[in-house]
Amino acid sequence: MKVNWLEFIVGCFLVAGITAAVVLALKVAGLTLDAGSGEFYTVYGRFSNIGSLKVRSPVKLGGVVIGSVSDIKIDPKTLQPVVTIKIDRRYSELGSDTTFSVLTSGLLGEQYLGVKPDFASMDDDGNPVYLKDGDTTNFTESAIVLEELLGKFLYSVSSAKTDNGSSN
Amino acid sequence: MLVESISNLGHRGICFLTALGRALLVLIHALFGKPQFRKHFPLFVEQLYVVGVQSVMIIIVSGLFIGMVLGLQGYNVLVQFKAEASLGPLVSLSILRELGPVVAALLFAGRAGSALTAEIGLMKATEQLSSMEMMAVDPLRRVISPRFWAGFVSLPLLTFMFSVIGIYGGKMVGVDWLGIDEGTFWTGTQASVDLYEDIAQGWIKSVIFAIVVCWVALFNGYNCLPTAAGISKATTQTVVHSSLIVLGLDFVLTALMFN
Amino acid sequence: MLQDSLIRIENVTFSRGLRKIYDNVSLTIPRGKITAVMGPSGTGKTTLLRIIGGQLKPDSGSVFYEDKNIPELGRSALYELRKKMSMLFQSGALFTGMSVFDNVAYPLREHTDLPEELIRTLVMMKLETVGLRGAASLMPSELSGGMSRRAALARSIALDPELIMYDEPLTGQDPITMAVLLKLIKELNESLGITSIIVSHDVGEVMSIADYVYLVSGGRVLAHGVPEQLQREKHPDVYQFIHGLPDGAVPFHYPAGNYLEEL
Repeated sequence: MKVNWLEFIVGCFLVAGITAAVVLALKVAGLTLDAGSGEFYTVYGRFSNIGSLKVRSPVKLGGVVIGSVSDIKIDPKTLQPVVTIKIDRRYSELGSDTTFSVLTSGLLGEQYLGVKPDFASMDDDGNPVYLKDGDTTNFTESAIVLEELLGKFLYSVSSAKTDNGSSN
Repeated sequence: MLVESISNLGHRGICFLTALGRALLVLIHALFGKPQFRKHFPLFVEQLYVVGVQSVMIIIVSGLFIGMVLGLQGYNVLVQFKAEASLGPLVSLSILRELGPVVAALLFAGRAGSALTAEIGLMKATEQLSSMEMMAVDPLRRVISPRFWAGFVSLPLLTFMFSVIGIYGGKMVGVDWLGIDEGTFWTGTQASVDLYEDIAQGWIKSVIFAIVVCWVALFNGYNCLPTAAGISKATTQTVVHSSLIVLGLDFVLTALMFN
Repeated sequence: MLQDSLIRIENVTFSRGLRKIYDNVSLTIPRGKITAVMGPSGTGKTTLLRIIGGQLKPDSGSVFYEDKNIPELGRSALYELRKKMSMLFQSGALFTGMSVFDNVAYPLREHTDLPEELIRTLVMMKLETVGLRGAASLMPSELSGGMSRRAALARSIALDPELIMYDEPLTGQDPITMAVLLKLIKELNESLGITSIIVSHDVGEVMSIADYVYLVSGGRVLAHGVPEQLQREKHPDVYQFIHGLPDGAVPFHYPAGNYLEEL
């Protein structure tokens, strides 16, 4: 009986350890059990400013995570940031006019890449054109940079004031 | 004078290399000794209990407190920048990448490693290992090997437990006491923690630490002078050496993994 | 008379560090007899047993067990050979984590695939031999010194060895326990024909049961023969040891400088 008891406790220990690993994977790393096909296709997006977007930032379509940013580089010719976007194969019917924009969750939260699908443009035969693996898209919206926003705001306020002053 | 000190250095170097060589032999015998599954499995289970289960308490308690302290300190700093939302990533990344593997390995060295050394040293001092050899039972296979494998399996599991408890401790302080939104905490965490880069690499670290700590502990026990003073010295050495090696190796591994 | 020998030690030299423990020593252990190896403390008697057991390798010379040269055996052959011999350590060396029963059952469980009932029967028989059947469920820490030696003896005969080496079996025992152990050693030798080597410095007690005696000192065999022969030996070293004189060929004083000068 003593051996059985020992084995039972050791079994509990192993189960607890493995459960801890699973909790880490599911709850902390945010792995979902239907993690998709596990296959991805890659699209490159040219941005003028990516703000504080990072490698591994999520790519969301209507709030649902469909992929992630896998790399960020500068194109040496245009000197613009190029973001490598990995999207789950299941969402392969994104039209070629789909817009990617750098958005912020909350006022100061994590930045992510929002996907706004557009009706796919048609080719000559009237078939819709989808984004393919390796495509580069220019339909992007850059991050809102707070300083620029403030600068614009101050400029518009001051110009409004001068307009008012001259009319008076 | 100079000649003397140089030859002294040489003597120490030779001693060190001999010890290393013997330690390697012990490790190789322990690892690659032909296991007899039916006879050795119960020994392995028994050692899992001694090495693993009996270390659970200290791991859980320290994990909880370390997580809570991280949550509290992290909150105090982050709140100045209105960045409490980053508390989740702060707590979970620091625990998963560094504190989990390292602190669990240090605690394991203190709790299980020293006990292993003392046990084996005492078995040696009371001629139990010798008598086993004379009974045609290889003590490396019968005594060292199950303990090594038990440690090898236990420490990574203990590290997982430590990390989970630590992160929940941080969450408890941040969310339940200081009022960060629970959703913010978890989404921030999930966005920044990667299964492979953070969790799997933390796991690799803990596996490597397990090998090092068990190796140091078992070798020190096996190689100690069979006297009371020898055993106490070996036990101290186990804790000191394995802690230093764990900390040093952690730096190397971090540099390699996270570049 | 030494024709049928179990172990032949030929020209063995063994040194520890710079100190020579054995210098070109040869001796023969007859089969089925009790051989005593005696000598003053610190002459490496235990070392001799460890050399026979293959735990230590001599610098030169050979140790034959029947026709196998022990220092040259490979690891697995050595382990195979060790199943035929066993050793009773000075401390008994029982495994402190198991009961007496499990200790005695240990070699059986390790080396045989016998069913548990049979192991139980065998263990009880061995324990009965040493008179400890009633103590089967005790832990080693609950035994007295003499009892733990008897338990260890039961363990060393568990696999019915051909050879038992007793390392100082009598040291530190009271006269009754000594008598019990001597009786056991003698009985095991007579009833089972186990070849026995006793390392000891309890001259009188061991001489009473030994068939042949080797006296070692200073890395050499000083004298050997049947006990009566040694009793009559006139060599001063031998005489001093056998008769237990405080001063003689081996001086009372450790070598030192002039007493008066040092004062």
